[in-house]
Amino acid sequence: MSTATDRRAPDDRAVPGDPSTPPGGRPGRDALSEMSNPHRARMIKDVVARIVMWGAFALAMVPLVWILGTVVGKGFHMLTTATWWTGNQRNINSDDFGGGARHAIEGTLQMVGFTALIAVPIGILTAVYLVEYGRGRLAKAISFTVDILSGVPSIVAALFIYAVWVTTFGLGRSGFAASLALVLLMIPVIVRSTEEMLKLVPNELREAAYALGVPKWVTVVKVVLRTAFSGIVTGVLLGIARVMGETAPLLILAPYTKNFQRDLFNGNFPTLPMMINQDRGDFALATAAERMWGAALTLIILVLLLNLIGRVIAHYGSVKK
Amino acid sequence: MSTVTGVSAADQVPGPDGQKPLQGDRASTGRFGDRLFGGAATVSGVLVIALVTLIAVFLIVQAVPALMDNSANFFTSRVWAPGGDQPAFGILEFLWTTVTASTIAMVIAVPVGVAVALFITQYAPTWMRRAAAGLVDLLAAVPSIVYGLWGLIAFAPVFKPVQGWIEDKLGWFPLFAPTGISGGTIFFIGIVLAIMVLPIVTALSREVFDQTPTAHKEGALALGATQWEMIRTAVLPFGRPGVISASMLALGRALGETIAVTFLVSALSDGSPWTWSLFNGGETFASKIANNAAEFSNPTKTGAYIAAGLVLFVLTFVVNSIARVVIERRKAFTE
Repeated sequence: MSTATDRRAPDDRAVPGDPSTPPGGRPGRDALSEMSNPHRARMIKDVVARIVMWGAFALAMVPLVWILGTVVGKGFHMLTTATWWTGNQRNINSDDFGGGARHAIEGTLQMVGFTALIAVPIGILTAVYLVEYGRGRLAKAISFTVDILSGVPSIVAALFIYAVWVTTFGLGRSGFAASLALVLLMIPVIVRSTEEMLKLVPNELREAAYALGVPKWVTVVKVVLRTAFSGIVTGVLLGIARVMGETAPLLILAPYTKNFQRDLFNGNFPTLPMMINQDRGDFALATAAERMWGAALTLIILVLLLNLIGRVIAHYGSVKK
Repeated sequence: MSTVTGVSAADQVPGPDGQKPLQGDRASTGRFGDRLFGGAATVSGVLVIALVTLIAVFLIVQAVPALMDNSANFFTSRVWAPGGDQPAFGILEFLWTTVTASTIAMVIAVPVGVAVALFITQYAPTWMRRAAAGLVDLLAAVPSIVYGLWGLIAFAPVFKPVQGWIEDKLGWFPLFAPTGISGGTIFFIGIVLAIMVLPIVTALSREVFDQTPTAHKEGALALGATQWEMIRTAVLPFGRPGVISASMLALGRALGETIAVTFLVSALSDGSPWTWSLFNGGETFASKIANNAAEFSNPTKTGAYIAAGLVLFVLTFVVNSIARVVIERRKAFTE
């Protein structure tokens, strides 16, 4: 691996029998004749490619730094205000300063927690089926639909839940309905990551369990899932992080409220993305803009925290190959 | 790289289809617990199939009545007036905006994403690789609503003079004709989408480039290839199917991206003239639906939006299926 990639461009002056480099040739030839040397052209191409690759990476870092810089720069001071982590937005108009985001933080956490409660068992069991049980057509079909589901746009998932929940059953928009849409988006993430982890579990562990006469389901639950546990937790956390920032389903299914609201099943529901969306309408007002960036920074922090915890767990508890 | 149990050369690299020795239910004892657990796993799997099927069924069932009432051609009309006694709605504008913006995103994101993946796997110093990969993944962790805010408030003002310059120099070309719209143009949305899908292209390409057999790479270098020639002759051909499927997945994401686009688009007024310009405004499927979430008042109106959502679903379905087929073929090839 490293021997192949650490190789530098060949030094064409070292090529023996190079017609354009007579023995004892003058070292100070002009650039033009060097360009006409075919080896020189290849080397230049190589250098250009190297520069392009470094450039591409630098280019990709520009938006990252710019976005994070903007959000932190414009939103950080909101996070240090007294009420941000404790209060809500009740009776705070667009042109009023501050207020809290606690209602939205709690709402977002509650909603994704509830989503995970539904999506995680389904996702893990599906992955268990694909790795431990499934062979043949059904497994292929399931694997294919998981791929399709992972490609379903969030707005389509939201429309589907709307078509079922509101149009067909005549039930109102609520945090729960939005949770259901998020479940659809979360399942494929959980299935794929769990599947990868289960595949890493060495077969000897299963065989050892079978050899001791342990039934298959106990083997799966107590040996396979336990061995892959930390990897599965990581996948779950990444799945939660993925749906936490989703806004489209909330826009269609869970209208925002500025108050504390813990009832997922009735009425409006506060979430961070919808809080951002609320203040986005008046971002020309400095007060609303500050709140919007503050909420955006809070959301990013929550998402990154989940990613970070997931990675730490993955790093310290992963299945060794 | 040690196995948990000690030694087994065969199992260090599990086959792509799971475990060979104990297949299917042969290890099952047929006991109650076994049947229950196996049953639960099967039910979950079937549930996933059922969900995807239900999405299609529900969207179709609720779109059809609205489509029957539609007095305009659904595919070729640019009118969107689903309310009233004479509902008339067509998706041509959304289709054009969605596909064009996504195409622009691909044109930018695929070369840059592949180059970044090559940088991480081939060029970056070893100590830098993990950090570089982590930074690109960080770009994927940023919620799309934040991209929307950033595009709207930070990026759009910076891009405005660039657009003016392009219109100045290339305005004679129909694709770059000035329209008087700045900010949420198709071109601008394409660029923001490119940034959003770049980590998808990079992550998957990185994975396949990493799997290039060392023998191929060393073979190329031993024949005197420069590093770039080695990449061109060994790494890129090996990774091509992976890059194609990565691009397809990214395209699927770009087509369906909702909230960032919703923040950025400049909606066109009714009856604005048709233009090929990339500097025109216009809504995508997703933004049109999201912007009008409050308008789902009567069945026909809702049905019209659901019909638009159905088209988006079909688009992403096709794109993701292609990605899947390409990956499958590669699997069959490498086994």
